[in-house]
Amino acid sequence: MLEVTGLRVSYGGIQAVRGITFHVNEGEMVALIGANGAGKSSTLRALARLLEPAGGSVRYRGKELLSLPPHGLVSEGIALVPEGRGVFPRMSCLENLRMGAYARNDKAAIERDLEHVLGHFPRLKERAQQMAGTLSGGEQQMLAIGRALMSKPKLMLLDEPSMGLAPIMVQKIFEVVRTVASEGMTILLVEQNAKLALEVSQRGYVMESGEITVTDESRKLLADPKVRAAYLGE
Amino acid sequence: MNDQVKKALPWQRHWLGVLLIAAVLVAVPFIAALGGQAWVRIANFAILYIFLALGLNIVVGYAGLLDLGYVAFYAVGAYVYALLASPHFGLHLPFWVILPLGAAIACMFGMLLGAPTLKLRGDYLAIVTLGFGEIIRIFLNNLNAPINVTNGAQGITLIDPIRIGDFSFAETSVIFGVELSGPQKYYFLLVALAILVIMVNVRLQDSRIGRAWQAIREDEVAAKACGINTRNIKLLAFAMGASFGGIAGGVFSAMQGFVSPESFSLMESITILAMVVLGGMGHIPGVILGAILLTALPEVLRYGIEPLQDAIFGRSIVDPESLRMLIFGLAMVLVMRFRPAGLWPSSQRRRELAESEK
Repeated sequence: MLEVTGLRVSYGGIQAVRGITFHVNEGEMVALIGANGAGKSSTLRALARLLEPAGGSVRYRGKELLSLPPHGLVSEGIALVPEGRGVFPRMSCLENLRMGAYARNDKAAIERDLEHVLGHFPRLKERAQQMAGTLSGGEQQMLAIGRALMSKPKLMLLDEPSMGLAPIMVQKIFEVVRTVASEGMTILLVEQNAKLALEVSQRGYVMESGEITVTDESRKLLADPKVRAAYLGE
Repeated sequence: MNDQVKKALPWQRHWLGVLLIAAVLVAVPFIAALGGQAWVRIANFAILYIFLALGLNIVVGYAGLLDLGYVAFYAVGAYVYALLASPHFGLHLPFWVILPLGAAIACMFGMLLGAPTLKLRGDYLAIVTLGFGEIIRIFLNNLNAPINVTNGAQGITLIDPIRIGDFSFAETSVIFGVELSGPQKYYFLLVALAILVIMVNVRLQDSRIGRAWQAIREDEVAAKACGINTRNIKLLAFAMGASFGGIAGGVFSAMQGFVSPESFSLMESITILAMVVLGGMGHIPGVILGAILLTALPEVLRYGIEPLQDAIFGRSIVDPESLRMLIFGLAMVLVMRFRPAGLWPSSQRRRELAESEK
């Protein structure tokens, strides 16, 4: 579904991503793990067209993504859940969710999806009229995921969903991610919390200083002594 | 269904209020005329500033782009009118050609300013727009050589008034048995224009575009992730705001019969911005209130302070002009201290500020 070939990202003279190649198949969840500054988020930001890569190609269903403007991704069926939540703080939960459907104009279907998304997140339903900025971090993350779902994507790019959340909230968020995946969503998950990411995903790529060093099925990575030592704190 | 009911209701519920406002609007030029035509002109300027402030409100209030050079578009509109309807080039095009043309050219300048500043926010954008406003003014001041385009600092005189056939807005005429002076006629024209800009503002507020502006104001990355074409939507804000500035400039030109670069100083930009901010950013009634207050204040000072000083001290001690800036500044400080969201803010903005204080 998504094929990334030789992707390079540089900031000034510094190369953050040094020509990485990976792919995501339809219906699977792929984790991109690695330490801080390994280039995971830069990779995702390049995929989401939030920054201009220095080179490489990103093909989505055979179509070159790098020639699309950032707002064009949504109509292709790609949704980004930005790092650090990125909800609209002064809009209510409902308004936030509706913004997610901005690029759609099938009103009846939007209302149906709204119900569906709120069904996933009973917490958000309780707080439907509350300003998003007054929600807890975890609730905001749920809202960001819900908003992404509202665009009816086929591929979801999740940027560090566990960042800055209490462990119990992280568990909840990952439950949600698992549910979304079980409904057939293709997910590319960028995550520092390697253990959790590998537990929910089918395959994983380990990034180190801008390069992919290891790749395998997630359960094998979880068992790999080198990965365990470097990323799982053993 | 529900939406339709909601849209229809305010007018039905407030029909008495609407009627009252209409009556006041009609009465104003006649009441003002009792004190002399100068007062009608002041009322005209108040409405012209409402128009300008609501144009700027689109850029600053809705899209959240701090524009300190708004007067540049006003100037562009004014000079387009002045050059195409005055003896300066010997051109006398009718107003219905020039006003839209002025709006279009101002719109073009708006995009010219918007395009390179798309990535700037807040203070940085403010500085660039401020510079832009000054560049336009300096151009107007100096474009009298090698080819005399703008007539430099002397400005352009003898600009045609707005004229429909033989009906000139500059002369007194009798319509339906009512004698209307020139300024009174401009008054009604300005009210019509103001209603137009108010309607555009109202429609934009709850539109798809309005929501996109709000999204960009709050989180640009998230707005992009929602599929909003942030570039075009921001440019649209600049373009629309600039067009209204252009129209206001054209009417200003026609009404005054004279333009010169000094009417378009930075101070003017700041005054218009102050109207928006003092009144209540993004809230239409607030902006209108701000525009009226800030236009009326200097006039009240001019006509009130001097006689007052004469009465108390027997002579004028403080020049009303310098007092104006003093009171202006004081009003700003007080409003920002006690009503940071403006005198009459929208519930939305009040929420935003209450939150950022936490």
